[in-house]
Amino acid sequence: MARVFIIGAGATRIGEHWDKSLRELATEALLAAVRDAGVDKRDLEAVYVGNMSSGALQGQEHLGSLIATWAGLAGVAAFKVEAACASGGAALHQAFLAVASGCYDCVAVVGVEKMTDALPHDVTASLVTAEDQEYVAFTGATFVGLNALVYRAYMAKYGVEQERVAEFAVHCHRMAVANPYAQFRREVSIEEVMSSPLIADPIRLLECAPVGDGAAALVLCSEDYLRRNPRDELVEIVGSAAATDVFSVHERRDMTTLAASRRAAEAALRQARVEPRDVDVLEVHDAFTILGVITLEDLGYAGRGEGWRLVCEGELEPGGRIPTNTMGGLKARGHPVGATGVYQAFDVVRQLRGEAGANQVEGAEVGVAQNLGGVAGTAVVHVFRRVR
Amino acid sequence: MVWARSVPRAWRERLKRYRLVGGKCPACGSLVYPHRLVCPYCGHEGLEEVELPRRGKVISYTVIRHPPSEFKGLEPYVIAVVELEGGARVLAQLTDVEPGEVEVGMEVEAVLRRYREQGPDGVIEYGLKFRPVE
Repeated sequence: MARVFIIGAGATRIGEHWDKSLRELATEALLAAVRDAGVDKRDLEAVYVGNMSSGALQGQEHLGSLIATWAGLAGVAAFKVEAACASGGAALHQAFLAVASGCYDCVAVVGVEKMTDALPHDVTASLVTAEDQEYVAFTGATFVGLNALVYRAYMAKYGVEQERVAEFAVHCHRMAVANPYAQFRREVSIEEVMSSPLIADPIRLLECAPVGDGAAALVLCSEDYLRRNPRDELVEIVGSAAATDVFSVHERRDMTTLAASRRAAEAALRQARVEPRDVDVLEVHDAFTILGVITLEDLGYAGRGEGWRLVCEGELEPGGRIPTNTMGGLKARGHPVGATGVYQAFDVVRQLRGEAGANQVEGAEVGVAQNLGGVAGTAVVHVFRRVR
Repeated sequence: MVWARSVPRAWRERLKRYRLVGGKCPACGSLVYPHRLVCPYCGHEGLEEVELPRRGKVISYTVIRHPPSEFKGLEPYVIAVVELEGGARVLAQLTDVEPGEVEVGMEVEAVLRRYREQGPDGVIEYGLKFRPVE
């Protein structure tokens, strides 16, 4: 397998972009990544678009050709990659494979989601398309509700209080303050989180990643391309793996662990020859506080039922044992669903390049991003390393 | 509503939905709902069709307060993971019970109830909900 490098990264701020369409957000991020790479956009041979809900929310499919055209790239190979909330990570995985295989030398991945075009009930309906339409969505279950089932099972199994798990949201908001791309650049207290409205018991509003619009993009290239376009410092993708689990969360024998996440992480870390303790920055898919906490356990940073301790003891902050979601995570940076996997990579790249500002993890060399689709019916994990 | 209205879709699933038609895996012994060709746990092809018991207990539950479009106005309602006798798991609404009365471990039984309408001109879809056992 050939080596794959990230030479450009760009994104839009995440938020309610009433004045920008899906295609405009994607174009803005894609061109920003190309500018950051300092290459001619005509070098791109393929564009992989990560997106979940354009069909439901915009009535728009066929995003590959659409976005390539709006970016002035008509002619390249271009496709939408969809894996629910893991669409961004899945698109990055496909872009990685394309370069690693030797098929292409220079490609782009762009994750984009435009959620504020639709009414809240329709957004809720579109999010639950990540689950079984015949036997789960049919019941009136929402995506928040499915995660609430996990949350209640977790608290019952380990006797952990909700206040402990909910601290994950407080941490993410604190981290997002210094991130100019974040949707919510303000701190919240645990009291505010615990008194925010119930969405699906026990999950409260401030434990949920927000609805927002945004796009993030990366330019990936081969070693050959790099020889022709040399630079001093860059980031290599040293591990890229995806895995699935039994689709519906209620069919899994243990709802308090995410098997797809464990499998993808093991495979990506093995490929990268990296141990969990070597990781300097971690991005986890905290669409809900409980997923962040379970992931810390699944990735081996805490024992079962103990993930909350890392959060409450400050170990997720820069300088802590495992700096996690240092740019705000899904909770506060934002979660434009199909863009999230690419935003996570964007945030890790900024850390590895020393561009993370007030939240910089000193000397960060190795970063990991974990992106989940559905209630982890899909997981995609990437490992990044700074190289000179 | 983000999906296309479909009469064939509702018709096709009716027996599995009304009668709890599940599958039993002759290889690993798992019971799954609904019935399908392949066991999701061991990959064995050729599950046996079985009608699952209509009684079970609540494994986990939530109260939906912000529903998707086609359930608008019906909130709050309870969604639960029900483990049927024998071990198959079903996701369903609970009925004839207030959200505050639901508990993990509660014994429940299946009853036929109305679930949703496919818009003002579409079919009304029915399925099984679970109510507390007296």
